[in-house]
Amino acid sequence: MNETVGFILLIVGIAFDVIGCIGLVRLPDIYNRLQAATKCVTLGTCMILLSVVFYTGLNSIGVKALLCIWFILLTSPTGAHAIARASHRSGIKLWHGSVMDKYAEDKEGAEDKA
Amino acid sequence: MNGFIILLIFSMFLCLYRIGKGPTAPDRTVAIDILGTLVVGFCAIFSIITRKDLYMNIGLSWALLSFIGTIALAKYLEGRSFDE
Repeated sequence: MNETVGFILLIVGIAFDVIGCIGLVRLPDIYNRLQAATKCVTLGTCMILLSVVFYTGLNSIGVKALLCIWFILLTSPTGAHAIARASHRSGIKLWHGSVMDKYAEDKEGAEDKA
Repeated sequence: MNGFIILLIFSMFLCLYRIGKGPTAPDRTVAIDILGTLVVGFCAIFSIITRKDLYMNIGLSWALLSFIGTIALAKYLEGRSFDE
């Protein structure tokens, strides 16, 4: 039973990983790539680590896998946000098909007030 | 299990393609970040196969070090110094 649940989680997690990396190659823009790759790969790797817990149980491997899930869920969105802000501030243009740029509008509004 | 490892290595090669080609520096930084997360999943599958906690230790420390590297690269791209 536990091995079946772990196997299903492993398959779904690796599918998310591969789809995220295909998005990293295929999409046109740094912001689109960041959005596709970070979300898909974070969820996929967390599912792989959860399947480790189902395969081995709560021994020294499983508890470390749970800790690793916690670290990844905490650090991966932070890193992605830092990269997005850094690339916007270093002046990288959006893709020509992008519809709106709320961060630039916010920055203009703040400069007008100041 | 071998098929899963082959699929993960395939997605790592997609990341390496983006690191090599990526037109701007943040593209490469994103790909390095994603590659670090994929290595953690790789270590997890290895620890399922071998049932040793050595590989989980490697994955845990790799997740932390990869986060520190990503933050350092992001601050460098933003043009700020590290003690700011």
